[in-house]
Amino acid sequence: MISDVLKNTARFIFLVLLQVLIVKNINLGRYFIFFPYVLFILLLPFNTSKPLALLISFVLGLTIDMFYDTQGMHASACLAMAFVRTGVLKLFAPREGYDEQLKPTITYMGVAWFTSYALMLIFVHHFVLFFIEAFSFHEVLRTLLRVFCSTLATFSFIYLMQFLFYRSGVSRLE
Amino acid sequence: MRTLLGFIARNYYYFLFVFLQIVCVILISKNRNFQSASIINSSNAVSARTYQTISNSKEYLSLKEENDKLSKENAGLLNIIRSRSYEFIQVASLVKNDTLYKQKYIYNAAKIISNSTNLRSNYLTLNIGSEQGITHDMAVINAEGIVGVIKDVSKNFSSALSILHKDVKVNCMLKKNGSYGPLSWEKDDDYSSATLTDIPIHAKIKVGDTVVTSALSSIFPEGIMVGWVKNFERKSGDAFYTVKIRLSTDFKKINHVYVIKNVFKNEQDSLEKTSQKHEKDDK
Repeated sequence: MISDVLKNTARFIFLVLLQVLIVKNINLGRYFIFFPYVLFILLLPFNTSKPLALLISFVLGLTIDMFYDTQGMHASACLAMAFVRTGVLKLFAPREGYDEQLKPTITYMGVAWFTSYALMLIFVHHFVLFFIEAFSFHEVLRTLLRVFCSTLATFSFIYLMQFLFYRSGVSRLE
Repeated sequence: MRTLLGFIARNYYYFLFVFLQIVCVILISKNRNFQSASIINSSNAVSARTYQTISNSKEYLSLKEENDKLSKENAGLLNIIRSRSYEFIQVASLVKNDTLYKQKYIYNAAKIISNSTNLRSNYLTLNIGSEQGITHDMAVINAEGIVGVIKDVSKNFSSALSILHKDVKVNCMLKKNGSYGPLSWEKDDDYSSATLTDIPIHAKIKVGDTVVTSALSSIFPEGIMVGWVKNFERKSGDAFYTVKIRLSTDFKKINHVYVIKNVFKNEQDSLEKTSQKHEKDDK
């Protein structure tokens, strides 16, 4: 339990630094934008209590907001993502429920499960984020295109990261 | 009452979600207002220092380019000074105490420690703040052209709205004939272009014309380089041209900038406000 807290704290710091120091500078035009920091919410343990997940996501969002000067936008998107996460977990639950030992990663749950779980949640996050950012319905199509492109970009990034860190089954970031 | 409390206790998860979202909405709506300072911004100690550490180490990578830019700018300034017939006097800063002549703008050198170009609202973080005399609403330029406007200030850092921000409007004009209009960053603009609207159709305009800031802006000094006309069109039924501008500033490579203080800004703004108020009273 204690080690879970430590691991998650380390992952929080690592992902925030990765996001604001490295990924923020990646520039592939205005359609492909990466937000791999949401991996933190994806990897929260299955048995995290629902209100705690909300609070942690809120703090994560505010931290990113601080670096991006977007007060409240990322926090709102992260909250929506954490809120939908409980529903998505229920939707994809194995018949006998989640085992205590299981973790929401590719190695434990398989590629198919992780892909559908991650894509759905990343889409929710990006949808909320980009629509708050645009804040108008004049740019609906353009914003939607940004949501789709960036969802794919973030997912590919996270997928590759999972292979980097989780391949051997023993991981540094787990 | 008891059933209501029971209802809230049973569904406190949903109430927590709604409550936190309301907090977010309040934060977001506060940030949309230009005049109010935001609570969470990159000029605070944690994020600004992180950015500064990285920026310090990255600075070495572009030293050569920066030197080139600076020497070019120096050459330009020397040309201006020498071309006047005054004798060239070397002084660190020029302040004249004369009732006829008053210095209107004060320039401060600063460094960009964080920048973005690919979002719909882009921000910059600068390494100087209120202790160096920076306040809200100062202009940010570099040797190439306009860069942004200061929004939030902390003790030693400040965060600025980039020109690449959907809510920033700067009054600009065509250099050759002075027709002016607001410059904005529209949805179809990328990091090297912007849109100038409300240019009257009787104004003669050509592709390649120079666009500079106009005297109507109380933030930017008159005549700061903005860019060149890329193309222009008149939408059917409009009495104005919509002009696409190629920005002279390379927003992907801004490093050293100047923050400009307009000494008379408060005076000008309050005067304009009182005269507007009088006008209203007259009606």
